[in-house]
Amino acid sequence: MISLNLKKTLKSAGGKIDLNLQLTIEKGQFVTLFGESGAGKTSTLRMLSGLLRPDSGTIKVGETIWFDSHKNIDLKPQQRKVGYVFQDYALFPNMSVRQNLEYALQKNQDRTIIGELLEFAELGELEQRKPETLSGGQKQRVALVRALVQRPEILILDEPLSALDLKMRIKLQEYLLQVHKKYNLTTILVSHDIGEIVKLSDRVYELQNGSVIKKGTTTDFFGLNKTSAKFRFSGEVLKIQREDVLYVISVLIGNDIIKVVADRTEANNFKIGDQVLVASKAFNPIIQKI
Amino acid sequence: MDWQPLVLTFKLAVVTTAILFVVSIPIARWLSSTKSKIRPVLETLVSMPLVLPPTVLGFYMLVVFSPENAFGNWLNEWLGIKLIFSFGGLVVASVIYSLPFMVQPIQAGLSSLPSTLKEASYTMGKSKMTTLLKVLLPNIKPSLLTGIVLSFAHTVGEFGVVLMIGGNMPGKTKVASIAIYDEVEALNYVAANSYSLILFTITFFILLLVYLTNGGYFKRYSQ
Repeated sequence: MISLNLKKTLKSAGGKIDLNLQLTIEKGQFVTLFGESGAGKTSTLRMLSGLLRPDSGTIKVGETIWFDSHKNIDLKPQQRKVGYVFQDYALFPNMSVRQNLEYALQKNQDRTIIGELLEFAELGELEQRKPETLSGGQKQRVALVRALVQRPEILILDEPLSALDLKMRIKLQEYLLQVHKKYNLTTILVSHDIGEIVKLSDRVYELQNGSVIKKGTTTDFFGLNKTSAKFRFSGEVLKIQREDVLYVISVLIGNDIIKVVADRTEANNFKIGDQVLVASKAFNPIIQKI
Repeated sequence: MDWQPLVLTFKLAVVTTAILFVVSIPIARWLSSTKSKIRPVLETLVSMPLVLPPTVLGFYMLVVFSPENAFGNWLNEWLGIKLIFSFGGLVVASVIYSLPFMVQPIQAGLSSLPSTLKEASYTMGKSKMTTLLKVLLPNIKPSLLTGIVLSFAHTVGEFGVVLMIGGNMPGKTKVASIAIYDEVEALNYVAANSYSLILFTITFFILLLVYLTNGGYFKRYSQ
């Protein structure tokens, strides 16, 4: 179990915010930190991994205290050994794919894990390539398996898929789920993509101005259990258009735009850019191969 | 022609550059990452030789290292080191004088690397030393090369400091730039021209090499 109790004054682009955060994460869970930019999500991850020092508070992982401002305990990032996947991947440009993974090996660690991870991430053919020659999705896979070499118990993913196109995201989400289960990880993800969050995580914490304002299991959090829909998708409102007495709302789901009819009161609830859930329960959807 | 001044010049440049390389990496590493309040002061001190007349530096070193004074006397009595009018003194003076030419490119190189590289290395349990040697330095090779070559070339071109602290002792402190001055004083323009031409040619090609390498010309044509 991970218990965080963190206080820190952060200076962000939008001014100063006082981060004051209490979080408990069960072992083995896949947890998402959700919220606007500058809410303190990345800072929380950096404090957990030891890259940023909280002003005060405690960090306890299992029975070990990683940080305690009163007892003057502050483990270095080297001692915490958290698997951290950075938003910019942070691959070492001077090393090949295989060397990037080998660098992460601990003293006297069995080297067979390198081959195993390369194979898992389908990077075998690329192992001699330098990071600059890889595509975004390939770099992401290298960064992910590199973070796993030292067999961490905690995996931190800071918006790992935000720079990738939809197809690649879906593929990598599969990898993330597999990795989480296969290596018994406690995984903490920062993401803005509701579809991704619903697919991957068990619990969601929403941060705003440095505090948790909403939390719950993923289904509760997004209200997914309220509709027992036959099919449902999450998407983004692109356009709200009035046609006579009705309104037509265009929603982007994946790469497709669909149109939903709504009345005036319903339409007033939405604005362009809203994340919405589109579901149907009265009709049986048609399914056919394409 | 007497080759000794040229040999001495390049010996001084090699020794100075080697010492500077070792000394400057920790300084540049510290300057590139610290948030300490004394950082601007140290940065200023490192950069001073860029703007200060070499004679000022030479003058103070002459005063400090002189056996007449406490520090110079201590060096002489206890360690048997005499820095005035000796090759050792030239090396110390050159190291200080060329410090910005080594520190600044390395510092700029380190600052240009995303901080996530070193953070990623730390989270993998790697020490600061390992991170510096295996991750940071290999990724700023052009900056290292620039630092090495600029310090080398700058030491070759040194005149004022050398004249102040080293004097003009054949085989010990008479480097090429001093020899040129000497020959001109003696109206021996042919000898002065030989020294000058050699220095001109060598420094031209050294700098050209740097710009070609860092500009990627060699990589481009070898592919």
